[in-house]
Amino acid sequence: MSNVQPSSYNNTSGVPQTNVNPGLQYSSQFNAQSQQPILKQDANSNSPVPGFVSPTNQGQITQFSQSASSSPAFNHPGIIPQPLSGFNSSSIGLSIKPGLATSNQNISQNIPASVPNSSSINNSNSSPYHPKYQQQLQINDNAPPLIPSSQFNQSIINGPPLSSSPMSQPLPQQLTSSSYSPMTNRPVNSNIASGPINPTASQYQSSFPPSSLPPGSFTSQPSMPYSRPPLTGHPRNSPLFGPPMNVPPTSSGQPMGLVGPPRPIGLNGPTGNMPGQSVGPPQSIGPVGGPPSGPTSLPHLSMKPPSGTHILNQQYPGQQYNGPLGLGQTTPSSAGPMTSKTYSGPTSLQMGQQVQPQVQSLPQMGKSANASPGPPVGLTGPPRSNIQSRYPQMPPSGYTNHQQPQAQPQGVSKQPPSPYTPQGITQQMGQLSVTKQGFDQLWGHQMVDLMQSRHILPEYPEDPPEIRLGHQFADAPNCSPEIFRCTINRIPETNSLLQKCRLPLGILIHPFKDLDSLPVIQCTTIVRCRACRTYINPFVYFVDSKRWKCNLCYRVNDLPEEFQYDPVSKSYGEPTRRPEIKSATIEFIAPGEYMLRPPQPAVYLFLFDVSQIARDSGYLQVVCDTLKEKLEELPGDARTQVGFICYDAHVHYYLMGEGLTRPKEMTVLDIDDVFLPSPESLLVNLGECREMIKELLTVLPKRYSTPGVPVSALGAALLAAYKLMAPTGGRITVFQTCLPNIGPGALQSREDPNARSSKEVAHLNPASDFYKRLALDCSGAQVAVDLFLLSSQYCDLATLSGMSKFSAGTVYHIPLFRAARNWQAEQLTRMLTRYLTRKIGFEAVMRVRCTRGISIHTFHGNFFVRSTDLLSLPNVSPDAGFGMQLTIEESLSDLQQVCFQAALLYTSSKGERRIRVHTLALPIASNLTEVLHAADQQCIIGLLSKMAVDRCASASMSEAREALMNVAVDALSAHRLSQNLPAGNVSSALYAPASLRLLPLYLLALLKRKAFRTGTSTRLDERVADMCALKSLPLSQLMRLVYPELYALHDLSEHASRPEEDDDDEPTPEPPRLHLSAERISSNGAYLLDDGETMIIYVCCNVSAAFLSETFGVAAFSQLADEARSVPRLQTAGSRLLHALLDRLNEERPYPAGLLVLRDNSPSRQQFIERLVDDRVESAFSYYEFLQHVKNQVK
Amino acid sequence: MAFSFPAFSYIIALIVDAFLIFFSIFHVIAFDELKTDYKNPIDQCNSLNPLVLPEYLLHLFINILFLLSGEWFSLLVNVPLILYHIHRYRTRPVMSGPGLYDPTSIMNADVLTVCQREGWIKLAFYLLSFFLYLYGMIVVLIAA
Repeated sequence: MSNVQPSSYNNTSGVPQTNVNPGLQYSSQFNAQSQQPILKQDANSNSPVPGFVSPTNQGQITQFSQSASSSPAFNHPGIIPQPLSGFNSSSIGLSIKPGLATSNQNISQNIPASVPNSSSINNSNSSPYHPKYQQQLQINDNAPPLIPSSQFNQSIINGPPLSSSPMSQPLPQQLTSSSYSPMTNRPVNSNIASGPINPTASQYQSSFPPSSLPPGSFTSQPSMPYSRPPLTGHPRNSPLFGPPMNVPPTSSGQPMGLVGPPRPIGLNGPTGNMPGQSVGPPQSIGPVGGPPSGPTSLPHLSMKPPSGTHILNQQYPGQQYNGPLGLGQTTPSSAGPMTSKTYSGPTSLQMGQQVQPQVQSLPQMGKSANASPGPPVGLTGPPRSNIQSRYPQMPPSGYTNHQQPQAQPQGVSKQPPSPYTPQGITQQMGQLSVTKQGFDQLWGHQMVDLMQSRHILPEYPEDPPEIRLGHQFADAPNCSPEIFRCTINRIPETNSLLQKCRLPLGILIHPFKDLDSLPVIQCTTIVRCRACRTYINPFVYFVDSKRWKCNLCYRVNDLPEEFQYDPVSKSYGEPTRRPEIKSATIEFIAPGEYMLRPPQPAVYLFLFDVSQIARDSGYLQVVCDTLKEKLEELPGDARTQVGFICYDAHVHYYLMGEGLTRPKEMTVLDIDDVFLPSPESLLVNLGECREMIKELLTVLPKRYSTPGVPVSALGAALLAAYKLMAPTGGRITVFQTCLPNIGPGALQSREDPNARSSKEVAHLNPASDFYKRLALDCSGAQVAVDLFLLSSQYCDLATLSGMSKFSAGTVYHIPLFRAARNWQAEQLTRMLTRYLTRKIGFEAVMRVRCTRGISIHTFHGNFFVRSTDLLSLPNVSPDAGFGMQLTIEESLSDLQQVCFQAALLYTSSKGERRIRVHTLALPIASNLTEVLHAADQQCIIGLLSKMAVDRCASASMSEAREALMNVAVDALSAHRLSQNLPAGNVSSALYAPASLRLLPLYLLALLKRKAFRTGTSTRLDERVADMCALKSLPLSQLMRLVYPELYALHDLSEHASRPEEDDDDEPTPEPPRLHLSAERISSNGAYLLDDGETMIIYVCCNVSAAFLSETFGVAAFSQLADEARSVPRLQTAGSRLLHALLDRLNEERPYPAGLLVLRDNSPSRQQFIERLVDDRVESAFSYYEFLQHVKNQVK
Repeated sequence: MAFSFPAFSYIIALIVDAFLIFFSIFHVIAFDELKTDYKNPIDQCNSLNPLVLPEYLLHLFINILFLLSGEWFSLLVNVPLILYHIHRYRTRPVMSGPGLYDPTSIMNADVLTVCQREGWIKLAFYLLSFFLYLYGMIVVLIAA
């Protein structure tokens, strides 16, 4: 590692110099060292990459020297954002600060500039937890009574058809103005589109071609930027631009109505009951819960006569709630000719259903804003194809589509194309306008009446709300939502707006996720902003070919000439062709100045508990076997080191290495004053001592199979491990089975078994800070501690977990572990296999930078926060997720977008220093409706769960639960205020924006998680383990944990899709998800419930014999083995389908889930039943009760 | 012009109060450094924690003097702060050593803000009470 320059690393000020603005000397130097970037694609980033670029490339100097030829492309004035000269100067000033005491930071310097000014932090309380009555007032006062009068807009867009409807009277004016006006939210009463947000049409148009814009134009109209995102949607209205709504249903989505905002929107009535789903398959509604045959049934529905009333009856056969609304009006009329391709069968069904909601909510519905037409995620489905073929030619105009959705079902089949039957018109009138609804749909502002939507869960996975940036960056690649997600996809422009919407603002990030493809760049100069150290990313502005403007601090920086070199085409030209600009996730191989010391080798130390309880559990055999098997696959290079320590009443060390032929055990009896018995050979090189290590792993389980002492000196062993590891850093893996009860860090049992189901849960906080202090020491020495808790009794995980929490480790918990139980041994093996073989990053730090005006309030996850935006992660694993709460400290109203950049600097297991950079850009919203409709409900749940865990620790369980419930109340209250809906008890409906329609469902499920449930007996350790999981899991796994997936297995074949181009004949079943309710469980079905850890196959007693024999190979229900832990692989279609489904589900998680087959008369069926979280259990609401509760609280 | 015990206690209080003022200035600076990333939270907590109890004890000490010398008004002024100190120390995070600040939670924006505000308020309080003690001392001396 000759190129390591520790000194430069420490010296903050040095770095910027080198990177930026080199003096003459530097520049010449640069030329000499060609900076030719090397572009690689490697999935795991562990792939061996040649060392750092060294002067070897010098031969190419000449090429670089004068490449600067400015490409005209950069000169577009339009690209230039408003000149923010003020920012530049200020940021520069800040950047000059001396790098005091920054020695700890591996990432060279923090930018003071980015640090929010302290005083303002207090105000920001984005957490919805505090019930804010004051804010309510605010809402009342300030909230724009925005009811977007979509009528006008629609009429404009549609042109002729609308004009016929009475609603569209204002049209003439509007028409002249321009079709863009729809964006504005105006008070209902005013016909003129003078919304604060609206740019005039002319402006908007002018802005469209970026090149034509004079730079000044934006500045002159500060308000413009915000409105733009919605505006961009406008193209959709015109046929010229791609058909937003019409996009052919590429994705798998099915009949579900409200999947991504995009699809459903078009189809659903604004009021949006999610009718889609509920309506869909009539059968499913029934108590019996037939198979979800949604799509197929749809066509049938759609055939019904146009009259709305008929439709209703049929569609809601099972519904209990739909009483009053009779919506007969629904609009068959509108459906007419307009139908575009979008209307696929299933969707049309939904439409019908929506009728109800529309009636009620129509007046309020309107909101302009996000055009939903985004990705046509879900519109596939057999039925659709028919419909599509019928109306293939429809003009793509979004407008049309939206209007008709409701009518369509009927319209398609029976009604002649003309939507404007008199009946329809009158209905529209009565409802206050179908057009408005249509418009809401167009912009994605649908509402859903939760009380009416029995099938609110989308049947197929949904995408988060689309992120629509201003036109400059409309095509810029944004970070994948799987990596980087924000709870609100349009950032409120002020803190008061954020308070009004009452949603938590935060981001969830999964920075080290395993990626299929990741551009990796190797160059000597990584282009970063000189002031705030932001890495160059797709959202920067190029002022000209030589300069770029940072999108976080707005400083204008010089662009190194090398940056114009395109590593792919090996030519010079636009900087925009660089991978840094083309990908929002990128990895750099860092040059020497990013190293504090030579990259550390991979060092793994294993700590085994060998007390009596551990010996009883027999885990050691399982672990040693797995370890022996995976020894070769441990990530690392030739320097990899491994060591082992066992502990009971004493600490046992194992010497291996030179001069020894067999591993030698050394036992240190003194556990109060730990020392290492040997200065070396405790950690040995894996390559050199492989045989000896294997021998040790073979011997260890036998060595500790005899009865031992019932004490465990975990604390002493950890101290020893720390001493051993401190010089290098690495990973300590602890296997613990009992409460550590002697030596340092000894603990007392705190759990009262009688209080397991009490309302208040005590002892969620650590009993001692020993483990936390140890973790901090470890963190400083770049050592992470992972804990496998294989307990059979109370172990005080609340205290023990400290060792992992603050050292960026992971906690794995298998309660009541016994190796004799095969399935538990297998679970441990799977867990451990993934753990041992997954990628790992050492001595990592992660810094999250935000656009000025936003700052990070609180971090969630496992790490140590070393400064306001820097996380110290001794190890980083691909299974670790992080959350950050944000606060808005300054008004963002003069910005066009907000950017977040997470940079993870780590040492790969191959000893390379690498930087992985993720950049996310989000538009800004200026009114409440836009904010609410851009909410990302899954991300919100992810963040809330973390906040609630914190609340449990800092306050109490009951307070945390109450806060969670209030989130739903608050969010829906905010929505009600934004829409001027009648207060709770006045109407029987509870409206939610489509983007938040699942919030109550998920919240209820969250409240029934082990972590938060009360009234049900829950072991304290399991509760704490669940909390640890909620804090650190990435979102996809967390959501599966919160709301497990339930599939019907008995009709898999109906949902099997055959991959078209695959030679493989195996069909992949894609069954729709079911609500977690006993209502959906039919006695003649079989179901799969997948919560991430375990997949439970629940077979009901009346399931058909054919299914049993085909799937399980048994003739009758009574022969089915209860609590089987596997399903036989048979050569039958049914079995292949089932396994295809299981395999597909297992692909998406770190390690395969365990399997459990339960019969519905099994004594263990409670395991299945307790996960049906929509149902009432003792002391907890059912979903419907929860909705009632929320409705009563919504003010 | 006798040199009474109340006068003595005021003089002591003045001296102690000067120390307290220094403590709170240090406190404010320390948290500002944390906020601007100049210091590692572990180091900062290690330097702050040992000062917490001495500050509390010094403050308690002058109030005991007031109690003994019967300076009820000065005592009354300080009682809320004493109660706050007791409360603060009772609800401190679990830690083995003396002190209040936990490096793992100190960087939480809420905690940071509270601590910083606490520092400023205390600084103001000690400054005001400095003049109060000065006044009190003069009154006592004159009265005697």
